[in-house]
Amino acid sequence: MAKIYFSDEHEWVRVEDDGQAVVGITDYAQQQLGDVVFVELPDEGKDLAKGDEAAVVESVKAASEVYAAVSGTVTEANEALTDTPNLVNESPQGDGWFFKMTLSDESELEALMDEAAYNDFVKGLE
Amino acid sequence: MSDPEETLLRTPLYDLHCELGGRMVPFAGYAMPVQYPAGIMGEHNHCRAAASLFDVSHMGQVRVTGAQAEAALEALMPVDLATLAPGQQRYTFFTNDSAGILDDLMVAREGEGFFLVVNAACKAADFAHLQQGLGKHGQAEMLEDLALLALQGPQAAAVLSRFAPGVDRLKFMGVAEITVEGLRCRVTRSGYTGEDGYEISVAAGEAEALARRLLAESEVMPAGLGARDSLRLEAGLCLYGHDIDETTTPVEAGLTWAIQKRRRSEGGFPGDAVIQTQIAEGAGRKRVGLRTTGRAPVREGAEILNQAGEAVGRVTSGGFGPSVEAPVAMGYLPSELAKPGTEVSARVRNRTVDMEVAKMPFQPHNYFRG
Repeated sequence: MAKIYFSDEHEWVRVEDDGQAVVGITDYAQQQLGDVVFVELPDEGKDLAKGDEAAVVESVKAASEVYAAVSGTVTEANEALTDTPNLVNESPQGDGWFFKMTLSDESELEALMDEAAYNDFVKGLE
Repeated sequence: MSDPEETLLRTPLYDLHCELGGRMVPFAGYAMPVQYPAGIMGEHNHCRAAASLFDVSHMGQVRVTGAQAEAALEALMPVDLATLAPGQQRYTFFTNDSAGILDDLMVAREGEGFFLVVNAACKAADFAHLQQGLGKHGQAEMLEDLALLALQGPQAAAVLSRFAPGVDRLKFMGVAEITVEGLRCRVTRSGYTGEDGYEISVAAGEAEALARRLLAESEVMPAGLGARDSLRLEAGLCLYGHDIDETTTPVEAGLTWAIQKRRRSEGGFPGDAVIQTQIAEGAGRKRVGLRTTGRAPVREGAEILNQAGEAVGRVTSGGFGPSVEAPVAMGYLPSELAKPGTEVSARVRNRTVDMEVAKMPFQPHNYFRG
C-alpha cells in the first residue's frame, strides 16, 4: 500500500510499493499559486539532495521554487505538464505530479508529516 | 509585532473586497486585492470577454486650479494643454531635468482648472512637485474623498449606458459627468487593460454602493491587481517604476506620441533639450516587446543577451499573457537591436531562453474612437 508524506513546504511524496517515490505539490500549494502556466522539471538522472531546488512552478504572476523534500535520483519527469501545466491545478495529487525518484535515504521520510498532521498544519495557516 | 496589514491604508472598497473573497496584498501602501476566487487567469479572460470591475482608488486624484495653472502645468509636463478641450483627457508625464519620467498621469480640463490622475506610489511626491511648480500661479488639491473604479471590457459600455444612456457614445479619452442611480460620477473613457471601458470617479462614501450596483449586472465580475497587470502587459502599456522611471526618457520608452507637436518644437518643460535631441537623432535605447518560443515566462529583471551572448538590456515587465496564450515581456534594448524580428535571448535562472523582439501591443487595443 502506497504511503503519502507531506512537507511543510506543501509538497507531497508518495512512496509506491516498488519503493519509487512520486513527488508533487499539494492542493493548498496550487491554490496559493493560482493558475499554473509553466513547470520546469528536473532531468532524468539528476541527483537531488534534500533541500535542493528540484523544480520551478510558474503562475501568471510569479515563479516559485520547489525544493526536494527528500534526497534521491530522478527517474522520470511528468511530460504531460509541458503541454498541460494546468494539471497541477486540476489534479495536484493525481495527474499533476512533478517527478518520480528513487530515494537514497528512506529515513528522511520520518521528518515529514502524514496526511492528518499536514491537514492540521494547513489549518494553522488559515 | 503588529500585523503589517494594520499599517496599510484601505480604500473605501476594502470591506467589499474581503466579502468577495479578495486576497489582500500590500501595494503602494494600500491593502489591495491581487485576485478574487476566480483567479488571475479567469479575471483576465473575463475582462477580455465581458466586463470587469477594478478598484483603483489608491491612485491619486488631484484638482489644479488658478488663472495661470495652465502655463504652470505645461512647465512640468510635455503635454499641449492649449489644445486640450473641455471634456477631453490626455496621457502625459512629469519629467525631470534629464528627461527622466517622475510619473505618468492623465490630465483633463475641468471647469477653470484641470483634473489629474496619478500613480499611487508617486502621489505624495507628485503633489509636492505640483505645489512647488505651481507656486503662486495655482493651487493643487489632493481629492482624498474620492474613490476611483475602472469598468473595463467589451461590454462595459453596454453595462454603464444601462444606467447613463448616451455614455456609450463618449469617445476614447473623453470625460463626462453622469449619474448611476442617483450617484454622481465623473467618467473618462479610458483604462489600463487595452479594452474599451471607463474609469469612474465617485465620492468615497458612495463607492461601495456604486460597485455593488455594477457587480449586480450579469456581465460584470470583480478583478484584482494581478489581472490588471497581465492585461496592461498584453496591451503594451507601461507600469511606472518598472517600464518607465526617472532613468528612462519618453523617447526611449516609445511614448513620443504623447508629446504634441507644439511642445516638441517649443519645449518649455524639464528635460526638453534632451527630448528634442533624442527625437531628432534617435535615442540610444528603446523599449521593446519580447516574445519567446517556449512556455517559460521571462520576468522582470532578466538580462537580455545579444547573439554573441553579451548582456545588452534587461526585461522590465514579463509574465504569461493569458489572451496571447504565451509568455510576453517588455524591456530595453540598444536601438540597433530594437527592430521587430531581432533575435535575442534572456537568462532565466541557469538557462538561456530564446526571445524575439516583437511589435506591441501583443493583444490589439479595443478602444472606442467613435
